[in-house]
Amino acid sequence: MANISLIPSGDFKTRYAADTTIFPTKTSRNFAILGVALLLLCPAFMDRYWLNLCIQIGYLGIAALGLNILVGFTGQISIGHAAFFGFGAFSSAWLSNSFGIPVALAIPLAGVMTTGVGMLFGIPAARLKGLYLAIATLAAQYILQDFFSRADWFTGGTAGTIAEPFTLFGYAFDTDESFFYVVLVYVVVMYILATNLMRSRDGRALVAVRDHYLSAEIMGINLTKYRTMSFGISSFYAGIGGALYAHYLQFVSVEGFTILFSIQFLGMIIIGGLGSIMGSLMGTAFMVLLPEVMQAITTALSGTAIDAALNLREAIAFLREMAIGLVIILFLVFEPDGLAHRWKQIKAYWKLYPFSH
Amino acid sequence: MTLFFQLLVNGLIVGALYGVVAMSFVLIYKASRIVNFAQGEFLLIGAWTCWWLLTSWQLPFWIGFPITLAFMLVFGIVLQVVVLRPMIGEPIISVIMVTIGLSIFFQALMKWMFGVFAKPFPTIFASPTVNILGLDVQTVYVMSLVISLLIMAGFGWFFKYSRMGLAMRATAFDQQVAQSLGISVRHMFAMSWAISAMVSAVAGVTVGVVNGVSSALSFFGIKVFPAVILGGLDSVAGAVLGGLIVGVLENLAHYLDSQWLNWGNMYEIAPFYVLIVILMIKPYGLFGTKDIERV
Repeated sequence: MANISLIPSGDFKTRYAADTTIFPTKTSRNFAILGVALLLLCPAFMDRYWLNLCIQIGYLGIAALGLNILVGFTGQISIGHAAFFGFGAFSSAWLSNSFGIPVALAIPLAGVMTTGVGMLFGIPAARLKGLYLAIATLAAQYILQDFFSRADWFTGGTAGTIAEPFTLFGYAFDTDESFFYVVLVYVVVMYILATNLMRSRDGRALVAVRDHYLSAEIMGINLTKYRTMSFGISSFYAGIGGALYAHYLQFVSVEGFTILFSIQFLGMIIIGGLGSIMGSLMGTAFMVLLPEVMQAITTALSGTAIDAALNLREAIAFLREMAIGLVIILFLVFEPDGLAHRWKQIKAYWKLYPFSH
Repeated sequence: MTLFFQLLVNGLIVGALYGVVAMSFVLIYKASRIVNFAQGEFLLIGAWTCWWLLTSWQLPFWIGFPITLAFMLVFGIVLQVVVLRPMIGEPIISVIMVTIGLSIFFQALMKWMFGVFAKPFPTIFASPTVNILGLDVQTVYVMSLVISLLIMAGFGWFFKYSRMGLAMRATAFDQQVAQSLGISVRHMFAMSWAISAMVSAVAGVTVGVVNGVSSALSFFGIKVFPAVILGGLDSVAGAVLGGLIVGVLENLAHYLDSQWLNWGNMYEIAPFYVLIVILMIKPYGLFGTKDIERV
């Protein structure tokens, strides 16, 4: 609803095309282009540490966007997103190691493979009314985790697997500075794709399914098709994100893709804003920076009475998990539309300043 | 063959506990349509509370255990009033994600307060094993089976004859009708969480006495899903049967695995394969209402 207050009086649309542009105004488009241009300069003045965080935000942001399409736009829950993320990582490494497929091609192929696996688990549940997908993906999480540690041919078993660096025309993107650009390109492409999806017939169908499945069905929307499609897209995004993760670290271990990681993905989109494309990225940034902030707080508190009482240094891992859970609850109770909504309100405030009411 | 029967008995005993937890899960689902992902944490909190009372305060079991139950009753009510009541009216999907948040929060909190390693309960029963039909069964196992059966019977009585149980069933059937009959729906929601927390805590303490208390207890909350899907998401009897089947099934899978397959880890994973298969062929489970439509 904050969206409506942003439109100044007298500014009305006369064509549907004008109503579904990606950028509402020229200024916003220019700002977006400027933002990407500024990001291009990042490796020049950021140190390794910050670049690493940015790259993390990038590949996790892609996977989070996939989850947001499923949860925020279609209204289904997935609790196995990390497993699909991991499957993408392993399949990309497997494709490039076993078949010599160039990494640039292996990444989208990994996305397709992950979609296939997602469908395997998702189809029975996506066809049911209600939140059965949550339970099916929970099963998928554990089955896939078990599969990772079992399938030596695919994941290298408990030893993990090596992934080739991303190479294009003989140039290897194997440093933080160069890989930043790879992730940036993927983020821009995947986010534009998602934005485009949401202003197409299919995207509106997804939202209709979320808002009222019965009305959607009466309007001629094939529920089975769109639910399954949404889950497929979400798995695809998870696969792409995972593949980027694999080729960034150049090593994939079987241990990382736990249910806690899946819940972190859910946290990202809840914090960012369910049903908001850019919110996914904001939420991811929040979630990636959360441990850093907590680390900073712990360091600041070290030596004080609080530190002595709680033994913060050893508790930091648990405190981090607690913070994830707490942040999810607090956002859902107090700010269910997430950071994206907050951001809109800030923009509206300045746009209407000083007469904000 | 002895191993087979031993595993079968183990399966029945563990399955009965699954059934108890599944029942308390279904209680919340029936009352408020919330899929509670924090069910396992109820076990965890209950078990740790009881453990703490018994070791730190040196209370005898028969005092510590009722205090634990009272605490869980209050805990369930407070949780519902503070966290879940503000969520009434929000989309059900948000409420479910709140329970996911609760689950991870309490799991980490318990790890922080009590550590990550399993801690044994003080001994409660002296004789370690009894002989039943030629099988050595630990006394605690027998006790857990008895407790499970008692809880199930208690549930049966509660919903059939007690005033509150009837009110709860009415609420589950139709909230508006229940309200017009003078039932406080808010009260029923809070009570369903409280009873669910309390009953889960009994299961948690029982498992804790048998295996020691650790964060692994919360995995019971995950294992509940295969059980309730198998039995039908909104059927209390189905939950019990589903729990028993899942308990036996995972032990059979373990037997199969250790004898012939040697895949490892089947004990943990087999129920989830079953879950997927059930969703595919009989999504409303054995006893669930069949109004779940395919779309």
